[in-house]
Amino acid sequence: MSELIELTAAAAAERIRAREIAPAELFEAYRARAAGNDLNAYTWVAEAPPADDGYAQAPLGGVPVAVKDLFCTEGVPSQSGSKILEGYRPPYTATVVGKLAQAGAPLLGKTNQDEFAMGSSNENSGFGPVLNPWDRSRVPGGSSGGSAAAVAAGLAPWALGTDTGGSIRQPAALCGIVGLKPTYGACSRHGMIAFASSLDQAGPLTRDVTDAALILRHTIGRDRHDSTSLEFPGEIALPQAEDLKGIRLGVPEELTGAAGGIEPGVRESFESTLALAERLGATVEPCRLPHAPHALSAYYLIAPAEASANLARFDGVRYGLRVDGDADLITMYSRTRDAGFGPEVKRRIMLGTYALSSGYYDAYYGTAQKVRTKIAEDFDNAFERFDFIVTPTSPCTAFELGSKIDDPLAMYLNDFLAVPMSLAGIAAISIPSGLSEGLPVGFQLAGPAFSESRLLDAAYALERAIGFDGSEARR
Amino acid sequence: MSSEKVEYEPVIGLEIHVQLSTRTKMFCGCRLSFNDPPNVHTCPTCLGLPGALPVVNARAVHFGIMIGLALGCEIAERSLFHRKNYFYPDLPKGYQISQYDVPLCRGGRLGDVRIHRVHLEEDAAKLNHLGTSGRIHGSDRSWVDFNRGGTPLVEIVTEPDLRSPEQAREWPSLLRTTLRQLGVSDVNMEEGSLRVDANVSVRPAGATELGTKTELKNMNSFRFLERGVRAEIIRQIALLEQGEPVLQETLHYDPASDSLTPLRSKEEAHDYRYFPEPDLVPVVATEEMVAAARADLPAELPAERAARYENELGLNADTARLFAFRTELGDYFERALAAAGGNGDKRQIDPVELSNWIPQLVERIGSDSDPASSNVAPESLATLATMVKAKEVSRDAAREVLTRLVEEGGDPRAIIEREGLGALTADDDGLGELVDRAIAADPAAAEQVRSGNMKAIGPLVGYVMRETKGRADGGEITRLIRERLGL
Repeated sequence: MSELIELTAAAAAERIRAREIAPAELFEAYRARAAGNDLNAYTWVAEAPPADDGYAQAPLGGVPVAVKDLFCTEGVPSQSGSKILEGYRPPYTATVVGKLAQAGAPLLGKTNQDEFAMGSSNENSGFGPVLNPWDRSRVPGGSSGGSAAAVAAGLAPWALGTDTGGSIRQPAALCGIVGLKPTYGACSRHGMIAFASSLDQAGPLTRDVTDAALILRHTIGRDRHDSTSLEFPGEIALPQAEDLKGIRLGVPEELTGAAGGIEPGVRESFESTLALAERLGATVEPCRLPHAPHALSAYYLIAPAEASANLARFDGVRYGLRVDGDADLITMYSRTRDAGFGPEVKRRIMLGTYALSSGYYDAYYGTAQKVRTKIAEDFDNAFERFDFIVTPTSPCTAFELGSKIDDPLAMYLNDFLAVPMSLAGIAAISIPSGLSEGLPVGFQLAGPAFSESRLLDAAYALERAIGFDGSEARR
Repeated sequence: MSSEKVEYEPVIGLEIHVQLSTRTKMFCGCRLSFNDPPNVHTCPTCLGLPGALPVVNARAVHFGIMIGLALGCEIAERSLFHRKNYFYPDLPKGYQISQYDVPLCRGGRLGDVRIHRVHLEEDAAKLNHLGTSGRIHGSDRSWVDFNRGGTPLVEIVTEPDLRSPEQAREWPSLLRTTLRQLGVSDVNMEEGSLRVDANVSVRPAGATELGTKTELKNMNSFRFLERGVRAEIIRQIALLEQGEPVLQETLHYDPASDSLTPLRSKEEAHDYRYFPEPDLVPVVATEEMVAAARADLPAELPAERAARYENELGLNADTARLFAFRTELGDYFERALAAAGGNGDKRQIDPVELSNWIPQLVERIGSDSDPASSNVAPESLATLATMVKAKEVSRDAAREVLTRLVEEGGDPRAIIEREGLGALTADDDGLGELVDRAIAADPAAAEQVRSGNMKAIGPLVGYVMRETKGRADGGEITRLIRERLGL
């Protein structure tokens, strides 16, 4: 059984197609591990493999997928890590989850996350924190912490997460796996319990780049249920580049300089990866993203503003938690939301409400949108000279549980390197670049909108050269 | 005496919500309905379930553009939806998706009222309250019916161009007729597919600054709209005359007591925190979309029809509007015009004469009835009007003929002949003789007329009218009297 767990999803699918293993056998191997996990990575695990309806012929071979809690799955708890949605079972399934099932990746379980995807440590979950399989005293990152930990620990072959301001890439980095944030609009948001609508994007967390390409290939596309989704130009090719000849990598000074607060171990891994990239034929040069240092400030106005509206529907009237208020409507609202939301969610609702308030809108939300436009222009300019922008994914490796939870600003700084790409709506991937003091470090490559195939190719070439071994976390 | 009493002028603007008669809701595929069992036309989107997203109904945009074109608005090439945030049980998402500072249509005019803007939005769900008040406060229990939630709405906002309660009743009926003719809405106030709120202020006549306005809600018929606005104007003037200020507030009209009560401040003290709806892309009205909307407009809209009646046919403004707003009257009028001369009658019909007979007909068949379904064929009315104009029958007698026509139908000429109602003329019917008798019967009046007091001619004309049972033409009698008196 442990041999099965060592297979990447693509390799497992290959073995199923060759009829060397049965889909149900693979499902059960993972199901048993997921159900017995001690990382608190799952909020729900399937009870049995689905009936085999031709998985051996399906593109994804019946290799099951773990899905972040915030994706709606029909009849299955979908709580977005929040007590306010405890036990909520939606009547429909998110488009991307449906597409994966259609392509032959059935639902293995729902993974724990920061409440409403707000957090960088998974400590904000209403259902307890997730532990990092590399060191159980440390966080897995967030908000897709359950998905990242599950994939890293071999509790799932692969997983789906969402990235609003780093929520796929940062936990992927901290758990030593691959995380891809696709171009905004590449994957439908229909059925994703929203955090910040203009930023949220679904994407894969996988053991390697090929697996990420496979999930992306089967989740992209325009969805008539999501007006902001787009037809992806071209197909996602499976990556096969063996070198980086002719690839120009830009290293943004504004992010990787002193302001980034990058830990020495992370910097070391980043620089050795850059050296490796040069050996593979890439050129590495500094580049400018003048407005990127303001990204975090803009992000913490735009995302909470949208969240303050997105979370207004949790009012106790139709579904989820309800705490009655002496027959008084306003009291019922307040008590329900007070009991149902955790402190970080409340903080962001307050921030967002304030940013949109009459008299403050222009100064906060309006200015943040202008900064966002400037940041997107910075990337456009940079991509005229560079194929990809590269940074460490996170300034630090996995940190101790509880070490930042009382310091929101320190926590927010985890996403300093990830948020600019989110605001620009472009594609970005994190791959493991090595270990620092026994903990994984992530290397981020960001490309223009819809450059995913090229991006995956470059990540693949680097991945092969790095030769990261994540098996330790699966033991 | 300082009896210098200030005259006040009311200034009224209207906000009209119109439910569009699309097949499905504004942002989802649920069917529109009325009076169906509660909560059967719902889906994740219109219930505001987690993860559900809105998708703009293209038909609603088409209807919105049609309305904009019909009202002479400028259609925005690119317009935006915003979120209007507030908590209420009838609003499942906690925000209403509505257009805000970049609406679909701007400017325009209908009749003598300028249009400020026209925008698209979604309707709230319907709240039902158990208890006497019928409102959420003080009710024992409330429930929500989401069938209505998400119905496409167009909000039409006028400039503050209306000046009287009467106009506040009349102008919306022009709007209603226009919308009905466009086929974009049922425009039924009782069923709530047309809802009118009024912004009312008063100011000293001649002043250019606007007074403090109040917003009136819950006037669910044109009659109540007129009464509510009138009551509010009276209330505001009374306040000002007592030297008290008008407070800016929202007032709820109670038709039963004809009174206005302020909504509790909690219900209106909102900061809606509008921001662009990130789940939707801008509405882009392409040239093709505008052309398609234009192609779906009727050949002639009510305002154009009224203008044609007034300018080309010479009808007075009130009648022109009546025929244009009540299209069944206009249609009947035009059929009668077209039928005139049908029976080999070569005489030109006078549209103005004809137009005067249609209200007479309506008065006889019931004010809400369609003359087309009465006994009076349009050509019969045309014949009657032509005969009146040619003085072949007097006005009084023609009214009698019309009454008969309403009762039994048929040809007015036959009725006139049968009843002997034809006009008396000086030559053949002894009208001159009757005039002589009238002068003889009242020599004093005759003397006054002779000395220039034409008002005194009344009794003389009246005498002849009585004697002829109205068959004689008043003008002809007057002419004969003056002739006899040597004037």
